[in-house]
Amino acid sequence: MKELELYCIMCPASCTLRVIVKDREIQVYGNQCPRGVEYAKQEVLEPRRHVMSVVRVKNGDMPTVSVVTRSPVPKDCIWRIMEQLAKIELEAPVEIGDVVIRDICGTDIIATRRVKRIELL
Amino acid sequence: MEGKGECAVKTLYYDTVVIGGGPAGIAAAIKTREKGLKTLLIENRDVLGGIPLQCIHPGFGIHYYKQDLTGTEFITRLLDKLVESKTEYLTKTYVHSIEYIDYNDKVVNVISPSGVLEVHAETIIYATGARERHIFEIGVYGDRVDGVYTAGEAQTLMDIFGVLPGREVVVIGSGDVGLIMARRFALEGARVKAVVEILPYPGGLMRNVVQCLRDYDIPLLLGHTVVKIIGKKRVEKVIVAKVDENLKIIPGTEFEIPCDTVIVSAGLRPNIDLLEKIGVVIDPATGGPVVNEYLETSKPGIFVAGNALVINDLVDYAVEQGERAAEGAHKFVENNGLPSEKWIRVVKGRNIRLIVPHYISGKREVVLYARVSQPEKNVYIEIPEVNYRVFSYGVRPSEMIRIKLKPEHFKKMSSDDKITIQVTPRQ
Ligand code: SF4
Repeated sequence: MKELELYCIMCPASCTLRVIVKDREIQVYGNQCPRGVEYAKQEVLEPRRHVMSVVRVKNGDMPTVSVVTRSPVPKDCIWRIMEQLAKIELEAPVEIGDVVIRDICGTDIIATRRVKRIELL
Repeated sequence: MEGKGECAVKTLYYDTVVIGGGPAGIAAAIKTREKGLKTLLIENRDVLGGIPLQCIHPGFGIHYYKQDLTGTEFITRLLDKLVESKTEYLTKTYVHSIEYIDYNDKVVNVISPSGVLEVHAETIIYATGARERHIFEIGVYGDRVDGVYTAGEAQTLMDIFGVLPGREVVVIGSGDVGLIMARRFALEGARVKAVVEILPYPGGLMRNVVQCLRDYDIPLLLGHTVVKIIGKKRVEKVIVAKVDENLKIIPGTEFEIPCDTVIVSAGLRPNIDLLEKIGVVIDPATGGPVVNEYLETSKPGIFVAGNALVINDLVDYAVEQGERAAEGAHKFVENNGLPSEKWIRVVKGRNIRLIVPHYISGKREVVLYARVSQPEKNVYIEIPEVNYRVFSYGVRPSEMIRIKLKPEHFKKMSSDDKITIQVTPRQ
């Protein structure tokens, strides 16, 4: 059994939730509405996050392209993604939605900025 | 230098000039074009798009596009629409001054790559965004050394240029940009030693406190302030102290945090210099102009939108304001001025720190934006004069309250010259 304190982020009330976890059973206190329980369940049993960063681009009108996970990934995957991203360099042009890394932690990493190619003279 | 006579100032004529090519200005320009106005959009940077170009995190467009986009994705969509609308625009163009000649004629004096221009317009939509508060405005003293950046500067360096400004970071202020940059530093391998906030509660959204600080075990020091920055060439450490309820430093509570970088996230202020110079009335609570429901300032035909009007926490609101100002400009051009109204004042009631717009007609649908002074739980947000009342589990200064009033609301108004927004505790 363990006890945790979370802040519900589902609305501006930001209730402080006291969560008691026993195996996969959880009890939630301090929520003002049922959405707090849902949030606590998700956060405790399977917390997920978007990961975002920038990747270097060669011959672009911008030096980097921004990237994000297509869907949120399990929290423990964050560092694996960051390590992979650090190794990459792209070549312009890059369009929004281009896949930068395919199939990592159950999702893809996609480009979120348009980088046009600058033709070198 | 030998020249062929005088340097000629070119004169141009438009229905409306939009100053500022960020989200509010772009949205305003698109809308004025849809309404058939002859529009010129002016931007001082070399690209259109404004701040969202460097916002690589999601959370943009949830209201406007009903989709969770990154800032970069959001602004690209808007820019594509601007291109479709065939709006004329100038980049690398600096607005030197605005002149209010008369009701129907305003002049925007600009310095552009093709020379000095005198742009005449019947209406102006002012959407110049905000500036970041400076370290000297928040009373942080000490050595003037390398390694001190505003959160926005750090964002430009990291998320446009891909440069990490430092390795051991202290963030002053817990506004959203500061929290988001704390996470960016942590993700890119720097150590964020603390986020120092003078108030007893965080300045940014709770979502950002959880996902930007807690996730990376970054300490949030509430009720603390950075007194001094110390270093020879580069930042070496900061001195932090506790404050009392009057935000005064408690002697004897000082301690040091070694670091090589200080990020200042002390909030934003509307950019209103050019409007102040022509005597537009400013609301000290918002730091932006006093406006009516068309977002028209005290100078007829000059409208304002986005963070130059009020600091917004969602880009969606800035865009909404841009469109609202564009409707105002259109109405002004069509009718040779906005119809005169008996304006109803919008008054700040209990636990309300600011509201825009300041005056409404009570005839059309209107969107009110407000912020509370203090966090409070279990409350009603009310406008008693029009019988408006919604329950809220909680309100926080960092989360703007948005209220849409429809013409029906005004049918049975109990006052004819004011409405009051207030927050009252539920018994
Ligand atoms: S528990 Fe309900 S009221 Fe409390 S923060 Fe979560 S969503 Fe809001």
